[in-house]
Amino acid sequence: MSCIKDSFEALKAKNEKALVGFVTAGDPDFGKSVEIVKAMCEGGMDVLELGIPFSDPTADGPVIQRSSQRALSSGMSLPKVLEMVKIVRGFTQIPIVLFGYYNPIFAYGGKRFYEDALAVGADGVLIVDLPPEESAELTSLWDGDDFDFIRLVAPTTGQDRMKQIADEASGFIYLVSMTGVTGSQGLNSSKVADVIAPLKAVTDLPVCVGFGISTPDHVKAVAAVSDGVVVGSAFERLIEENLENRGLHSMVKEYTESLKAATKG
Amino acid sequence: MNILNTPDERGHFGAFGGRYIAETLMPAILELTEAYAKAQQNQEFQDDLQALFTNYVGRPTPLFFARGLTAKIGGAKIYLKREDLAHTGAHKINNTMGQALLAHHMSKTKVIAETGAGQHGVATATAAAYFGMECKVFMGVEDISRQEPNVKRMELLGAEVVPVSSGAGTLKDAMNEAMRYWVGAVEDTFYVIGSVAGPHPYPAMVRDFQRVIGDEAKRQIMEAEGRLPDTLVACVGGGSNAMGLFYSFVGDKDVEMVGVEAAGIGIESGKHSASLGAGEIGVLHGSKSYVLQTRDGQIQEAHSVSAGLDYPGVGPEHALLKEEGRARYVSIKDDEALNAFHTLSRAEGILPALESSHAVAWAMKEAARRPKDDVILVNLSGRGDKDLETVLKHMERKGA
Repeated sequence: MSCIKDSFEALKAKNEKALVGFVTAGDPDFGKSVEIVKAMCEGGMDVLELGIPFSDPTADGPVIQRSSQRALSSGMSLPKVLEMVKIVRGFTQIPIVLFGYYNPIFAYGGKRFYEDALAVGADGVLIVDLPPEESAELTSLWDGDDFDFIRLVAPTTGQDRMKQIADEASGFIYLVSMTGVTGSQGLNSSKVADVIAPLKAVTDLPVCVGFGISTPDHVKAVAAVSDGVVVGSAFERLIEENLENRGLHSMVKEYTESLKAATKG
Repeated sequence: MNILNTPDERGHFGAFGGRYIAETLMPAILELTEAYAKAQQNQEFQDDLQALFTNYVGRPTPLFFARGLTAKIGGAKIYLKREDLAHTGAHKINNTMGQALLAHHMSKTKVIAETGAGQHGVATATAAAYFGMECKVFMGVEDISRQEPNVKRMELLGAEVVPVSSGAGTLKDAMNEAMRYWVGAVEDTFYVIGSVAGPHPYPAMVRDFQRVIGDEAKRQIMEAEGRLPDTLVACVGGGSNAMGLFYSFVGDKDVEMVGVEAAGIGIESGKHSASLGAGEIGVLHGSKSYVLQTRDGQIQEAHSVSAGLDYPGVGPEHALLKEEGRARYVSIKDDEALNAFHTLSRAEGILPALESSHAVAWAMKEAARRPKDDVILVNLSGRGDKDLETVLKHMERKGA
């Protein structure tokens, strides 16, 4: 069991929901990316989702596509993402979940990935294009239960399938708030609540909701019906709009604080 | 392994294939798998498809003995399976009529497609017009500029062509964008994938809709020669026309099967589309197969003079045929394909698509080394009218 479970329990005791922050590792470059993550931690982020950049991110909208491109252009790769996790682990104890597409992990080697990710201090991984039907080829290579494979549930997932997914899940469940790619508009929190109810009926794991969440108001509305909220594209948009801005660190920190404040019941 | 028993129920062709897609799409893929399985058992569906093939697509297409080309080369007999004579000018229509009929049975009223050369886009737009469906076709900006006549055709057929500018603006990027769009529209939209690629059930389903090519060719060559051919040749981008030709012959061990990939300006230059010849095993667009990629697992840009072969992946069943040694995969450079385009045009009065020209080029080289009673059967997968601008540009450059 990773530290993810403990983190959610500690938040629950404080009557808070988790703020999960996503950024692409290495965007816009290795050094700045570490600084951005540091600012998010200072702002009170509870869980870090660190994106492994990929050339063909088919579930991502334009903002995260461009962040991946910037990271790849700066020379980012999976070994360097792991190097970055090690550095981040040096200044924070919050759970770190790697987030990406399967091919870079497949190319790296599934067992080697597990061992190396664990060694640098990562707590789990979410692979967008590795559904339950295919995930055993990766997870069967892992020896322990100390590294969580975070599973996705979508608005299109029926309740029978939710149960199948939940039975194999650990850490938390990532609920996609709407059909569409990351960064889509049109979040509807009452619709999210309609999907969470049947999911909660089949699992005791924390449920974090992502896609389309970018403002403290969004966070407040979704946190009210879930255990955590994921903000990704909004961080990437802030980075993209301030690539040369020396004030980026404090902007990221303040933005994170504003989101975190909205998770406190 | 018995290749004919693949894929398994989860869509695996040996170590290849599968369903590597986002959860949002998974329920739609499972629904499609079930609907397709039902359609396969449904006599009415099969009869409807057969009627469309006969009355609308214009099947069977001829198997033509290329007397002039054979005489010019002076070796093995070359036969051409004339898929260029199918409605819309390429084999792509076999699959799009099949998938659109299935979409119709599933009560879907909107279809989307990706396209490279535009042939699959035109074929999807055609099927959509026939069935009265709304149609969006995603196409890379580079391909829009080199295949302009097909863009106009799609628009005339009532489809919306959506330009894709990410990446190199070619087929891979068009497929990325089609998948992104589908994630948002999955509840009422049917994705018509154009090759034997993508997540299960697409590779098997597209093969099944295309196998009519090989079924007919087998019957036709028996009539013409009284025996099976020595060698089958087809170009391979994603691999649908090749799979369509090969599949009926997989069990005929004496029939050699050769897939021709695009070597671009040369394999050693890195500017090519030879996923099977020079790629590594990886996961792209929903299935595991051979992929052009870096050591870090980033997908590389492919290159070919023919937009339809310009793709860094390949269908998983081809990966299995290669692995099992049942088919072999070779490659032909841009220049050789252009040369074959001119040769076939002059020798037979047939302008081949630049994609198909790759298969013709390899067949010409091979026929020259073979005895006169050998039979080489080439899938002439499409007509070349769409490529005139590209061909003329190359002629000018050469003349200058």
